[in-house]
Amino acid sequence: MKYIDEYRDERIVHALAAQIARRATRPWNLMEICGGQTHTIMRYGLDELLPPGIRLVHGPGCPVCVTPLEIVDKAIEIASRPGVIFVSYGDMLRVPGSRFDLFRVKAAGADVRIVYSPMEAVKLARTHPDRQVVFFGIGFETTAPANAMAVWEARRQALKNFSVLVSHVLVPPAIRLLLGSPNCVVQGFIAPGHVCTIMGYREYAALSRDFGVPIVVGGFEPADLLEAVGMLVAQLEDGRAEVENQYARSVSYEGNLPAQSIVESVFEVSDRKWRGIGMIPQSGLRLRAEYAAFDAEQVFRVGEITADEPAECISAEVLQGLKRPTDCPAFGRGCTPEKPMGAPMVSAEGACAAYYHYRRHSIAEGRVC
Amino acid sequence: MCLAVPGRILETEEREGNRIAKVQFGGVMRQAFLNFVPEAVVGDYVMVHVGFAISRVDEDEAARTYQLLESLGLLESEPGGGE
Repeated sequence: MKYIDEYRDERIVHALAAQIARRATRPWNLMEICGGQTHTIMRYGLDELLPPGIRLVHGPGCPVCVTPLEIVDKAIEIASRPGVIFVSYGDMLRVPGSRFDLFRVKAAGADVRIVYSPMEAVKLARTHPDRQVVFFGIGFETTAPANAMAVWEARRQALKNFSVLVSHVLVPPAIRLLLGSPNCVVQGFIAPGHVCTIMGYREYAALSRDFGVPIVVGGFEPADLLEAVGMLVAQLEDGRAEVENQYARSVSYEGNLPAQSIVESVFEVSDRKWRGIGMIPQSGLRLRAEYAAFDAEQVFRVGEITADEPAECISAEVLQGLKRPTDCPAFGRGCTPEKPMGAPMVSAEGACAAYYHYRRHSIAEGRVC
Repeated sequence: MCLAVPGRILETEEREGNRIAKVQFGGVMRQAFLNFVPEAVVGDYVMVHVGFAISRVDEDEAARTYQLLESLGLLESEPGGGE
């Protein structure tokens, strides 16, 4: 497929890796933020093509993984109510809540449906006026415009039976938190290309300046990621700390203004809890007051649920790049994609699941045994 | 989750106030809303995420990859076998 195949060309991938090896004179720790990028790195073994000193640390950029336990519990609570059609992106159904997941609720008879687009949920509300249709609105900045558009469209159509359980998070506040931590080992960031397709990279320029770290907006194919790593290594070797854009075929400095505008009109910035990390001020989105009638937490009055995370799971450290999935004693044993203990094992884009699927567990088991 | 896939716009239509495209991804066809890329026209490649086009692919920027291959003297050589 055009705009995919050429970025997976083996020759260019190896040439880029060789360029990095020639340029790097010292070890560097780099973090890719986005789970989609983590998945590409593991799937193609890009980390193994890099010189040994260039270490890729995996960031918290998987919205499925960072959706807090209590939001999953609220989803389960709402989905279990009579008359509800609960609609979600597929990945969320297997995320364990504090007792069970949405698949279990569906198996027990609840009407839980998977959609590709939030607009399908709006259509379901229109075609089922006798039912309450609740959409699980999760995601980063990439998904926020589509989810906002669904709410906007539901209001335009005067639907009275559509609401959204919102759990939207924002990338820059999480990077700021990571960089501000005394434990931070990350010296350069690959910024998430599709988040920046929406938001541009103005905010990343401020982060780079405030913390003196290079940031490169990167794409999702193997050549994209290796080119982004090469650009970071070049900056670090030169002693520069700037924002650069590797993914210019999709990302502009100012981002997608119509998409930003719909997000701005439907959502407002709010504090958000991240699974495995905790509360990060001003790190999420919630519906504006004028859209309260579409807020599932208010419609179903589930605001008071709170939950604690299992102590054995080290996803907190994994999501902050402080530990690797294979450092966890439960990895591949008590915790597998079939029976996940923590969220990074659930989504294909979670660091733990990516390590597990692409055979990194055999390395871990070898070491443990 | 933040996956977006490039596809080519085959046709567009107005439906209930929204501009909707038929987009081809290899052998697969899907609909995508064009609300966020009003400038996109038939023949353009767009990045599609959860049913919405979120950017129009900049062909000049995309061509940089080919230029890189060319500069590395790789265009004449045959691709290696297998993954």
